[in-house]
Amino acid sequence: MSVTTNNQETTAQRAAPELIKAVRVRHPGRWLGAAIILILAILAVQSLAANPNFHWETFALYVLDANVVTGVGWTLLLTVLSMAIAVTLAVLLAFMRQSDNPIFRWSSWFWVWFFRGTPVYTQLVFWGLVAVLYPKINLGVPFGPELLSLTTQDLLNAFWAAVLGLALNESAYLAEIFRAGLKSVDKGQIEAAEALGMRGTKIMWRIVLPQAMRVIVPPTGNETIGMLKTTSLVLAVPFTLDLTFVTNTLANRSYLPIPLLIVAAFWYLVVTSILMIGQHFIEKHYGKGIDTAARITVNPSALQTARATADPAPTTPTPEESGR
Amino acid sequence: MSPSAHSLSRPVSDASVKNDLVKIEEVHKYFGDHHVLNGINMTVKQGEVAVLIGPSGSGKSTLLRCINHLETISAGRIRVNDELIGYKEKDGKLHELHLKDIARQRRNIGMVFQRFNLFGHKTVLENIIEAPVQVKGHDKVPAKRRAQELLDRVGLAYRASYYPAQLSGGQQQRVAIARALAMDPELMLFDEPTSALDPELVGDVLDVMKDLAKSGMTMIVVTHEIGFAREVGDTLTFMDGGVVVESGNPREVIANPLHERTKGFLSKVL
Repeated sequence: MSVTTNNQETTAQRAAPELIKAVRVRHPGRWLGAAIILILAILAVQSLAANPNFHWETFALYVLDANVVTGVGWTLLLTVLSMAIAVTLAVLLAFMRQSDNPIFRWSSWFWVWFFRGTPVYTQLVFWGLVAVLYPKINLGVPFGPELLSLTTQDLLNAFWAAVLGLALNESAYLAEIFRAGLKSVDKGQIEAAEALGMRGTKIMWRIVLPQAMRVIVPPTGNETIGMLKTTSLVLAVPFTLDLTFVTNTLANRSYLPIPLLIVAAFWYLVVTSILMIGQHFIEKHYGKGIDTAARITVNPSALQTARATADPAPTTPTPEESGR
Repeated sequence: MSPSAHSLSRPVSDASVKNDLVKIEEVHKYFGDHHVLNGINMTVKQGEVAVLIGPSGSGKSTLLRCINHLETISAGRIRVNDELIGYKEKDGKLHELHLKDIARQRRNIGMVFQRFNLFGHKTVLENIIEAPVQVKGHDKVPAKRRAQELLDRVGLAYRASYYPAQLSGGQQQRVAIARALAMDPELMLFDEPTSALDPELVGDVLDVMKDLAKSGMTMIVVTHEIGFAREVGDTLTFMDGGVVVESGNPREVIANPLHERTKGFLSKVL
């Protein structure tokens, strides 16, 4: 603490330093660029407003149409449900991939290989056809008596076939994201937990995964927004209540495809924006201790030094450790 | 530190009889073809501070990590409290212990790492109560109270709500010591606890360790701090090339090393 006492003495003796007030560097290129972009933007807006072929009155007519809004609801439900299932599967797959059990490792690898290696469209068509492959699902003792028999059509209707198709395909991609996240956590964290007598699943859940989430959340947000738009493929099942199908039907009926494409685009943008807000808060939650730490560090220690020394000079470097 | 002052603060039960807490017998360790540990024998008595020194690659950290089974040994036996670490012997055959039994053995052995390894997403207090609550099933409230006591002991009571990234290296290492102590271990392993610290922060960590030694904790310390070895150590072991070159009273070994290799090493670090 001798450094700060020194400081106190010197600042008492010397006048406050004259702060630098330099002339800023000029950036004419920035102004030119901004002007060009502004002109282009005005032209774009003007053309949007003036061109009658956009049929804004049709947009206004359909944007809050009951069928469209219900379509948004179904699209959202498909997205949320299939992502929830995909995330659950992905955590399981990523844990299995890191397991000591070779059977778990290989089956996880195989799952990712299969579902990532075939088109999601093909998978959706397939799930729509499961009822043809297996008309009935029987529950019972293998090679023994049958306990329960259900028609596949009842169990796996178009909606659930769509959810399943989207979720299984997505789980393969997410599994790789989760694996990368788990790998990004320093091995020392696992060793420290092991040395404290923790083990396996508990270390994964309580120590590794929460820290991996920092790396996992941004690409998963990306995948969620991707999923929102992939739901437009559920027509392949066929599931016909989602936003894209509804707006397409309306467009075909009114012979005005453009305003209805804009209706669909508008709603996808709205939902994407809401998802982005959610992602922001999730990122903030999992960034605690790392992303938020630096900001807090500067302030309290700077505050402490300021209080301890009552030193008005803001340029005083704060000592790393103020002792005990 | 005089031996009499040392024994005063120890629990009464082992003030007179010092039994062997750690017994390392003919331990070998291979990493592939590399023979890292080549027949190590070592005993650490209850309440003793054993200091391990040696050049990097001499196997001292590996030996330490074998004691809580973070590394498996290739041959020999390690016993803590007369219990074989990592294995059980039945009908003259060794059986690997189940992970849950290895975890149970580790609860008794605290470890402090060179790079601290505090849990980055948890506050100082959460770091300390994690294992008592999750592993031992203690209630949160008394665990927090105890954590505060331990933080006070390492001089960081006012940092309980901070995240590790907000602390200096020296503070992080003191928290790491408190975290290990929260499990009430019988034995503490220190793996170069001050090697990653700025020179001016080393002293605070060593002070905490000295304090701990005075309270009678059995400690095995891998370090380059010869001053610490001389002042606090009950034994000093010099390792090189996977073997114990010499071992004995720290003050004697440092003052009159018998071996050329010990002399050479000490002349570099002193």
